[in-house]
Amino acid sequence: MDALVEFFGLADSLKLLSLSPPGWGSNLLRGLLHSLQIAFGAFGLGLIIGLFGACGKLYGGPVLRDLLAIYTTVIRAVPELVLILILYYAGSDLINKAAEAMGYDRVEINGVIAGIWVLGLVQGAYATEVLRGAIQAVPPGQIEAARAFGMPPLLLMRRVTVPAMMSFATPGLANLWLIATKDTALLAIVGFNELTLETRQAASSTRAYFTFFLAAGALYLMVTLGSGVVFGWIEKWSRRGQPSLREGRR
Amino acid sequence: MTANRTADGEPSAIQVIDLCKNFGSVEVLKGVSLDARKGDVVAIIGGSGSGKSTLLRCTNFLETPTSGKIIVDGEEVAMRADGRPANRRQIERIRSRLGMVFQSFNLWTHRTLLENVIEVPVHVLGMHRDAATARAFDLLDRVGLRDKADTYPAYLSGGQQQRAAIARALAVDPTVMLFDEPTSALDPELVGDVLRVIRDLAQEGRTMLLVTHEMKFAREVASHVLYLSEGRIEEQGPPEQLFANPRSERLQQFLQTVH
Repeated sequence: MDALVEFFGLADSLKLLSLSPPGWGSNLLRGLLHSLQIAFGAFGLGLIIGLFGACGKLYGGPVLRDLLAIYTTVIRAVPELVLILILYYAGSDLINKAAEAMGYDRVEINGVIAGIWVLGLVQGAYATEVLRGAIQAVPPGQIEAARAFGMPPLLLMRRVTVPAMMSFATPGLANLWLIATKDTALLAIVGFNELTLETRQAASSTRAYFTFFLAAGALYLMVTLGSGVVFGWIEKWSRRGQPSLREGRR
Repeated sequence: MTANRTADGEPSAIQVIDLCKNFGSVEVLKGVSLDARKGDVVAIIGGSGSGKSTLLRCTNFLETPTSGKIIVDGEEVAMRADGRPANRRQIERIRSRLGMVFQSFNLWTHRTLLENVIEVPVHVLGMHRDAATARAFDLLDRVGLRDKADTYPAYLSGGQQQRAAIARALAVDPTVMLFDEPTSALDPELVGDVLRVIRDLAQEGRTMLLVTHEMKFAREVASHVLYLSEGRIEEQGPPEQLFANPRSERLQQFLQTVH
């Protein structure tokens, strides 16, 4: 190990990346933690919005369906960076105007919460379509059987539709989660200290751009690899009861 | 309608009175009535498009009748003026008493056979899980699938899946069992096992409505046969009479084509 470090002349880089000052490693990890918090929150919020959106589009009345069509179309039409700028500045402006109108002081918008809302709204639009497709792929007979045995709508959703659609939804949802982890980098533009902004600050302070951005890239890659393992489990679980498409395997 | 009924004097398990069903401008059922007393096995036969499956699916409101009355176990199902059910909870309660078996089984593929059988008792009827499981094993045993309790439906033959679906329907201890062409999707060599299970149920006095293409079977197990044609009951009666001496020309023709 030491020989490798010496051979590649990595000693300086390691010093820069160490967790205790003057190293910037803890800043990077703090940024990663913020990124993951936002990604988790946004993905979760997106799932909730997506489930309601999919059900609304499939089972709702004409007004609700139109509203949801506008939501998914607009969100998916506008570049995410623009949406983040609009939602972040317009959103905090609105909240402050409302606060002032009600006689409160201007409030400082919490970056994590704002990030979760902004990315969650974006994720919700995509999740709506992923889940809508997955629900439609559930064999109608399984839902009909549940109705024929007197299952009320919410129980039917929880016990039959959601578990049966999981195997169809998992690949699309895994995509959305990975997009969520990387979209957090866009929040750098509104000055939120997630991994990308922390990296840029560390890099510009030390002029070690290559070292820090490579390190950040490695962190993003590790998140992706870990997510792959977790989604592999989820997919295996959600496909229980379905024979493998490969011959000779179960 | 009451001649030679096996279960005369018993109260009605299910009554259908003057049922009409339109799909758009197409009248599929044009005023059909039937009365199944406890222990009756009513076979519903007819050509494709005669409305027999629709009749069955109207009795548990999988299709909403356009007009008419449905009375299950003495309880009339409330309908609105436009023919839609007025009370979702009542419909759900009534449905949970009508065990339905579908042509294409419709087992829940993400659940094992055991989980399929206990699903409704535990989650709809509020039965205790242990009691439901013990009962489910008995039912799976009856249909010859006890050793497959932990298997997922996709790994079973159609005949096994259909027998599991019958166990699932039995698990709610239904007032009436509804069979919608239970053997039509099966390979010929698998039909026998499923019919054997249904025959046992008929012999132990289960009330059933049975939509079927198996004329020999209908003749053997039914206490009463309805022949539907173009949305009306063309002829009905005890099976011996209906199959041996069909009066209407249409039924005579129908029986010739299916035999």
